[in-house]
Amino acid sequence: MKNKDEMIGGRMSRVDAVLKVTGGATYFAEYEVPNLVYGVLVPSTITKGRIKNIDTKKAENAPGVLAVLTHLNAPKVPAYEAKEASKTSSGRGPGLMAFHNADVHFNGQPIALVVADTFERATYAASLVKADYQEEKHQTELKANLAKGNVPSTNKSLQDYQRGEKDAYKTAPVNLEEEYVLPTEVHNPMELHGILAQWDGPDRITVYAKTQGVKMTQQVIADTFKLPKENVQVHSQFVGGAFGMSLRVWPHEIATILAAKKVNRPVKLVITRNEMFTIAGYRPHTHQKVGIGATKEGKILGISHWAHVQNSNYEEFTEATVAMTKFMYQIPNVNTTYRVVPLDICSPVPMRGPGEATGAFALESAIDELSYALNMDPIELRLLNYPEKDPERDLPWSSNYVRDAYQMGADKIGWSSRSNTPKSKMEDGMWVGYGMATGTFGAHRRPATARACMNGDGTLLVQSAASDIGPGTGTAIVQIAAEVMGIPAAKIRFDLGESNLPDAPIQGGSATVASVGSAVHDACLELRQKLVELSGNALKNAKVETLVYEDGKISSPKDRSASISYAEVLKRNNLPKLEVTKESKLEEEQQKKFAMYSFSVHFVKVHVHPATGVVKVKHAVALADAGTIVNRKTASSQMMGGAVGGIGMALTEEAIIDHRFGRYVNNNFADYHVPVNADVPDIDVLFVDKKDPYTNPMGSKGLGEIAIIGMAPAIANAVYNATGKRVRELPITPDKLI
Amino acid sequence: MKAFQYVRSTTAKSAIEAVVKDPSAMFLAGGTNLVDLMKRGVTEPDKLIDISRLPYNKIEKEGSGVRIGAMALNSQVADDKLIQEKWPLLSLALNAGASAQLRNKATVGGNMLQRTRCGYFYDTAMDCNKREPGSGCGAKEGYNRMHAIFGTSEHCIAVHPSDMCIALVALDATVRVQGPKGERTIPFADFHRLPGDHPEKDNTLEKGELITAVTIPDSPYTKNVHYLKVRDRSSYAFALVSVAAALELDGKTIKSARLAMGGVAHKPWRLLEAEKSLVGQSVSEAAFQKAAEVAMTGAKGYEYNAFKLKLAPNSIVEALKIAAGLTA
Ligand SMILES: Cc1cc2nc3c(=O)[nH]c(=O)nc-3n(C[C@H](O)[C@H](O)[C@H](O)COP(=O)(O)OP(=O)(O)OC[C@H]3O[C@@H](n4cnc5c(N)ncnc54)[C@H](O)[C@@H]3O)c2cc1C
Ligand code: SF4
Repeated sequence: MKNKDEMIGGRMSRVDAVLKVTGGATYFAEYEVPNLVYGVLVPSTITKGRIKNIDTKKAENAPGVLAVLTHLNAPKVPAYEAKEASKTSSGRGPGLMAFHNADVHFNGQPIALVVADTFERATYAASLVKADYQEEKHQTELKANLAKGNVPSTNKSLQDYQRGEKDAYKTAPVNLEEEYVLPTEVHNPMELHGILAQWDGPDRITVYAKTQGVKMTQQVIADTFKLPKENVQVHSQFVGGAFGMSLRVWPHEIATILAAKKVNRPVKLVITRNEMFTIAGYRPHTHQKVGIGATKEGKILGISHWAHVQNSNYEEFTEATVAMTKFMYQIPNVNTTYRVVPLDICSPVPMRGPGEATGAFALESAIDELSYALNMDPIELRLLNYPEKDPERDLPWSSNYVRDAYQMGADKIGWSSRSNTPKSKMEDGMWVGYGMATGTFGAHRRPATARACMNGDGTLLVQSAASDIGPGTGTAIVQIAAEVMGIPAAKIRFDLGESNLPDAPIQGGSATVASVGSAVHDACLELRQKLVELSGNALKNAKVETLVYEDGKISSPKDRSASISYAEVLKRNNLPKLEVTKESKLEEEQQKKFAMYSFSVHFVKVHVHPATGVVKVKHAVALADAGTIVNRKTASSQMMGGAVGGIGMALTEEAIIDHRFGRYVNNNFADYHVPVNADVPDIDVLFVDKKDPYTNPMGSKGLGEIAIIGMAPAIANAVYNATGKRVRELPITPDKLI
Repeated sequence: MKAFQYVRSTTAKSAIEAVVKDPSAMFLAGGTNLVDLMKRGVTEPDKLIDISRLPYNKIEKEGSGVRIGAMALNSQVADDKLIQEKWPLLSLALNAGASAQLRNKATVGGNMLQRTRCGYFYDTAMDCNKREPGSGCGAKEGYNRMHAIFGTSEHCIAVHPSDMCIALVALDATVRVQGPKGERTIPFADFHRLPGDHPEKDNTLEKGELITAVTIPDSPYTKNVHYLKVRDRSSYAFALVSVAAALELDGKTIKSARLAMGGVAHKPWRLLEAEKSLVGQSVSEAAFQKAAEVAMTGAKGYEYNAFKLKLAPNSIVEALKIAAGLTA
């Protein structure tokens, strides 16, 4: 008997749940390594300029201190010496060279790393390091520097785009043009960033990292120190959330490896919550403008979308902010413009729903605004402009059930009780509003390799160098293997998070199940096939296509006595185990034939207090058109987490810089407000749950990003519906509504 | 953080002596504010005198009033039957503060002496007259969304962040203090001070003085009370503006009223004139509007906090309406 919950589509609990709730899961900072010492960073207090002089004497003499690393005494980095820093692993290396020279590029940039025998001593000694600077005038404010925006040089898809006539919205009978501003948001996973680094010899490095890709980290470190890849071991079995911040190697990681070299002992660095804001990336502050025009009947004629994006001054970061505008609706005339604005701040890094979450706020707010201008239901407007094919590339969708999702969501939230006239409904003394918005993200799949090994005792070992930053990857993988092999989940182990395992891509862009899951699927299929071939006459020549795989056995469907267990196959063949390693990827041809996207729709009901402007999300419905849902339980959690992130984006989160100094003023958890439980309403998660025929063997599409994309505009739209106030600059704090 | 000595004291006398003797010794109660400040390098005591185990954690009737020990925990006071029955405003205010975890650790004395949350005060790389007298005020021309609209000085525009204290000032509490020179009492309204020329001084306590208790006199405000806290998220956030409102009603007529605001000044901001304007009026939105207008006399906004000039009076009216039972 198959346990349905352990199969694809089931509701199996996380395979690592017990480890996680009992403290059995070991995170990078928890590794016990002999001779371990502790690193603490010293941040710059200016925003731009050069270090003239750095006084480390006091720190060096403080109790317990082993070394104070600065640009003056740090060991040389081979790639930096060869001026190849920017080449390290296609932009995933640290764009800023740790302790390479005296330049200061942003406030809070590490200028020294103190190593001591305890964390507390290192922390105190770090406070004793004093620097003199040659200060230069800095620029940190996006709004004041919009004119400095550059066309991105590293991303072709973000060049200026035009289809049909330019700015056609201007001549449409009904049109509007508005600006939408998203502040800087910070990932802020619970687990702080950092690394534990150790040299195992002059040319061998082991690190325990917080990474979304052990292979990526391995490659970057190998490139940076010019070592063979095999000489770099990366361990990262558990990651306490990341949301994109660990999709690259940061300068402080290289600095820690340098420190370990300097003191010839393993060094652990865990950055502070304050530093999570200053040196480890963020979702960039983005100014957008959308012009949109339609016929009186609601046919959209033209849309223009401009985005100016906060960037650092030492490398280029881009994300697909204006992508959705090109294909989400059937619009004949479209033009988009994307500009990166170099500023004296740390580089951004992808954050959940990168680009699309920001872009959707502008696009989906504008669509909502248009619906009021037309006096039309916003769902109706969307349906009227639904694209039967991808209008950007003129390709059929691999699958697109967004219309089903609109209907399901409308039913669930009670859309029929919404009034199309803003500020016309009250409930318990509060203004009531309903809003919705759409989200989308590419259904990606990257090449991945998996090893599947049948052991003599009938247990299955599956391996791939994937990461699981929390979505439940390991669980979904076990289900895929259980489904293909017909083995109970308890007899399957999935190893991940080790750089010596078979190749897996980074965990980003919602592609892990599609990539690694496919590899596991294909490896298991091949392993199963081989086991059938080795089964001798046990199956009495039953046709291969008809065989049944259940309870660790292969059986003939007609004659169940004609069956053999996997363990027995191995035994009869005198094999201790049987192993298959297989690479799997989507054929390029297939990719060119279909437009592959996941879609989400968010519906919310809000209450707004008339006197204080406080917004409460009373009910939310999150819908995903993400193909086959491999695990309904973990997928629901993902969707809920994304919706909570969207509440933060819409209502509370904003990292604020005092531009006079270029310094953050609220870089802590008391003043940077992530939503708390009391901010989170009942969230109903609904899945369309229809298999995509083309994306991958499971028929799944990614889910992690779409979970947040569209939630913020849904809330902003609901707030407008409640109050008649259109807030175009997030977050919607009470002061903006009174 | 800087290394420090930790001493657990068993008597008030020895604790006071220890702090008087050593210029950089400080009392440690729940530590929820002090330890944070030490971690950020804002406060760097050489010695911590732990007073959390001193026998001042009881909540006891005293005549027709109540005496609350300074080491009583915020959660303990909020959940106390007597307090909930006789001084429910205090319980409401306490529960609006911080988070359950913090309230389980924070003490009454520590809550009164918690320091401002001004971001410039917390960042030792920035100018702040409160942290470093004479260095300048980073907030005045900076990011001052959370800052004061009443009683500011050119040297400091910070607010006192406590919720509990707003209720205590409204309820005419008194602070009991023991110091090197003996005991004294301080009316709650005089305990905290305005920044003036000395923003480094939050209150009128002298070095070595230990708060032992807060007393509250008998009060008629057992029914028509409300503590309204407007904040950026539903819990675990400091007030943009908060209002403690208490009414003594005779039918529809207001016999007496108590009003105080948080998030608007360097000290808990009692609204005596507004209270007076309510006495004798009958319960109505118009009367509350009038009181709010009176309350706002002298208010002044800065670049990012000007919204408080509207949010504060709105909140006063709302709190009074809820206290009076005009809205749920
Ligand atoms: C993230 C966060 C959010 C918060 N949110 C809120 C909020 O919304 N509302 C709110 O009101 N508060 C809030 N707080 C503050 C919290 O209420 C205070 O930290 C707490 O009340 C301090 O009490 P404590 O006993 O821990 O004091 P400690 O940190 O131990 O001490 C604080 C100060 O008081 C002195 N001290 C303590 N007891 C005495 C005494 N008996 N006599 C003389 N001196 C004494 C200490 O020397 C020290 O200087 C928040 C705190 C945090 C960290
Ligand atoms: S407002 Fe007060 S606490 Fe804030 S920077 Fe100015 S002086 Fe310091």
